[in-house]
Amino acid sequence: MRRRGATAHTIAIALFAGAYLLLGLIVSNSYYQLIMTLVLLWATMGLAWNMLSGYSGLISFGHAVFFGLGGYTMTIAFVKFGVTPWFGIPLGVVVGVLAGIVIGLATFRLRGHYFALAMLAYPLAMLYVFEWLGYQEVTLPMMRDEPARYAQFADSRVYMALALALMVVCMLVSHKVERSRFGKSLLAIKQNEPAAEAAGIDALSWKMRAMMVSAAMAAAAGGLYAVVLLVVTPQSMFGMLVSAQALVVSLFGGVGVLWGPVIGAVILVPLAETLHAELAHIVPGIQGVVYGVAIIIIMLSAPDGIYWRIHDRIAVRRAKPYPPFPSLAFPPPQAGEHWVGAEGSSTSARVHGAAGAPLLVLDGVGRAFGGLKAVDDASLTVVEGMIHGIIGPNGAGKTTLFNVINGFLRPNAGRISFAGSNLVSLKPHAVCRLGIGRTFQVVRAFPRMTVLENVIVGAYVHAATDAEAERNAYVALARVGLADAQAHAMAGTLTTKQLRLMELARALASRPRLLLLDETLAGLGHDELVDMLAIIRQVNREGVTIVIIEHTMHAMVKLAERFSVLDHGRLIAEGPPAEVVKNPAVIEAYLGRKWMDRAQDTLA
Amino acid sequence: MLIDTLQALAAGLLVGGTYGLMCVGLGIIFGVMRVVNFAHGDFMMLGMYAAYYLVTGFGVLAFLGPYAGPIVGAVLAGPIVFAVGWLLHRFLIAQVTGARVVTAEAEGHYAQIILTLGIALVLANGSLILFGSQPVSVQTPLSRQSWEVGEILLNQARTVAFVLAILCTVLLYLFMARTTLGKALRAAADNPIAAAYVGVDVDKCHRFAFGLGVGITAVAGGLIASTQSFQPYIGFDFVIVMYAGVVLGGLGSILGAFWGGLTIGVVQQMSTLILPYQLQNTAIFVVFLLIVFFRPSGIFGRVTERT
Repeated sequence: MRRRGATAHTIAIALFAGAYLLLGLIVSNSYYQLIMTLVLLWATMGLAWNMLSGYSGLISFGHAVFFGLGGYTMTIAFVKFGVTPWFGIPLGVVVGVLAGIVIGLATFRLRGHYFALAMLAYPLAMLYVFEWLGYQEVTLPMMRDEPARYAQFADSRVYMALALALMVVCMLVSHKVERSRFGKSLLAIKQNEPAAEAAGIDALSWKMRAMMVSAAMAAAAGGLYAVVLLVVTPQSMFGMLVSAQALVVSLFGGVGVLWGPVIGAVILVPLAETLHAELAHIVPGIQGVVYGVAIIIIMLSAPDGIYWRIHDRIAVRRAKPYPPFPSLAFPPPQAGEHWVGAEGSSTSARVHGAAGAPLLVLDGVGRAFGGLKAVDDASLTVVEGMIHGIIGPNGAGKTTLFNVINGFLRPNAGRISFAGSNLVSLKPHAVCRLGIGRTFQVVRAFPRMTVLENVIVGAYVHAATDAEAERNAYVALARVGLADAQAHAMAGTLTTKQLRLMELARALASRPRLLLLDETLAGLGHDELVDMLAIIRQVNREGVTIVIIEHTMHAMVKLAERFSVLDHGRLIAEGPPAEVVKNPAVIEAYLGRKWMDRAQDTLA
Repeated sequence: MLIDTLQALAAGLLVGGTYGLMCVGLGIIFGVMRVVNFAHGDFMMLGMYAAYYLVTGFGVLAFLGPYAGPIVGAVLAGPIVFAVGWLLHRFLIAQVTGARVVTAEAEGHYAQIILTLGIALVLANGSLILFGSQPVSVQTPLSRQSWEVGEILLNQARTVAFVLAILCTVLLYLFMARTTLGKALRAAADNPIAAAYVGVDVDKCHRFAFGLGVGITAVAGGLIASTQSFQPYIGFDFVIVMYAGVVLGGLGSILGAFWGGLTIGVVQQMSTLILPYQLQNTAIFVVFLLIVFFRPSGIFGRVTERT
């Protein structure tokens, strides 16, 4: 099914390219040929922008910096050193990618507004630098003796074919990315970066790769653009309109999908060029106005672009039957099968009170926010194979403790070790790779992905191939009982219980030895709670150690074998539940006398 | 050398004063609405042309004479651009800001950035159509005269602009601190939902803040119009200048934005001591990037997300 979908896209790309080429060969007017070439170049620029901003959600206002570097590298190599564009354009791509790495290293620290603004500054700074260097207007010299060697063709249809080839390559690359874990990881980062990190996605590394691919595409487009137009100016290569054009064709056509920039360029570029040619001598700037108006209309009426508008409409008309759940493709998980395979110790037969080896050890861990000590000198040992409950009043530092363990926060003091490895200063995705999965107090889903895709994202960290990730995701979904009807539902449409189960499955898909569950029972009805407890117990029985934060005491007393009680960031008690709940300090800080009176008989 | 340095410092402070006022305008919008207004530089450009047409183009203010005319023109640019901003917010920007998107935070931001980029393109290129590409400036004898303080020359037009910029900033500060409307604006900035619950009309506040923000920046533009020539694309050059100032000064603080803009002016002028003249804007971009990289705590407001 998926393979066939992939082929359909490739065929569509081939058909589009063939039809475009045919049209280009028929058109004899050289001005129309130029416009057809420009459509392709701006579509490529749009694909470049989409590669970074469309998939990862980091809006770039500065793609002109790569376009300009590509164009100027080719031009300067040609003019100063007589290097042919056949070599100059790849050289420009290299320069563009290097710039992408430098810019990425500096700028990925920023998010949202600040990323967009910082990206804006790069091409504008370059614009002034190139003006200052004296490259106001550089013309490519005519090489009448060896036109083919210097990519100077009398027949402008050759340029069109070159631009088409470049765009098709970029479309195929985009297609490959969309289908692979590369694209899925970027989408996950776009929709919820902390969740993606916690699920084992190395966000920085994927963003950097996206930036490099994106920069390469933009630089190639810039180089070919300069070859076609035979002249570069700082304004035409680094100007605001270049960056805006890349963004506009993508937004107009559709964000985050390879057809978007192509649709946008096919519609907008001829429109703006024609207006420019017909009216520029009467009304200069008409091109900018058209683009501006297009942006405004699109943002107000179809913020995701034309492609998604049509896509959604078709999707509603014929709701696709989902592929059947491939339950026979792999053996169903056996009860008691160890989750992590051979490397884990076989503590799967859970015996109450039996002490296994220490798995997670916190030693004097502290974390302060300004003067507030959210976690203060916490020492804690979680024994392998156990369900370890963490209780305490609101604001006691329970979630902060999880954030310190899984790498969202760095502790100010203390040591954390997991199965012998140090966790301090590891990033969340690295912690996940070591075998710690987590869920969140407020569920962090990727709302615009299906349940299965959400879980697949969690499976990447320990899956060699994408097929294996999918298989592991199905297994994880089967374990929490979400494998059937809901697997292809959008995560945004789920109930609280389904969301919590999905998040649990996502954590399980990374094959953890230890699960950190943050208020997994919150907001569930009585029956749902019973189901959830059964699933958590089952997961534990299969060998996953569990640390759970929870307020629902009656459930916790039954579930956990050991309690740690946090109050004001300090651990005030630890031990078996029956002991801990009788501890006067715990009653004082958290449970209250009434609870004690009522619970007396249940615990007896 | 010392004289050169002092001269550059003085020039930087004078230029920085008007930059400061611009940043105050942007800071109000950013602070109250949390909206990145990309078109802000173009509203400043509109202020420049408003002053130009009032003083030189149509000569409406010619009767005030060459000294008072440009000053009154700059001040009048404020209400004119306020009206433009108010209308644009009412019909366009309000669609993607305020109560509608308070729940969809990140998505709202993308829509805002991109919508204001569209507005910026329309304003800049529309102005090119309306006003032409020929650089113009507001004519005043002040721009050709200087006061001498020791060996330092103070351009009179810039000095007047500096004084007026400080006056406007102080008035605005008092307005935000003392008046009911100002307090309502600050409440809407702090917590739009809570402000709505206690009876503040958040959308109305945002509309007023947007108009006020672009109006203030237009006054700064009107003041600059008599110190340098300009054309319709000048807005983009100033967007980064303004954001650098606002970010440097820290979010949501009016006086902070002013000090930020002032600092940027000084950096720009001092950079000419060591860098070629053409690279003074590049120097600002570099400073801007450095600020964003090394002082992000003052920028994000809320750094840690609740998990």
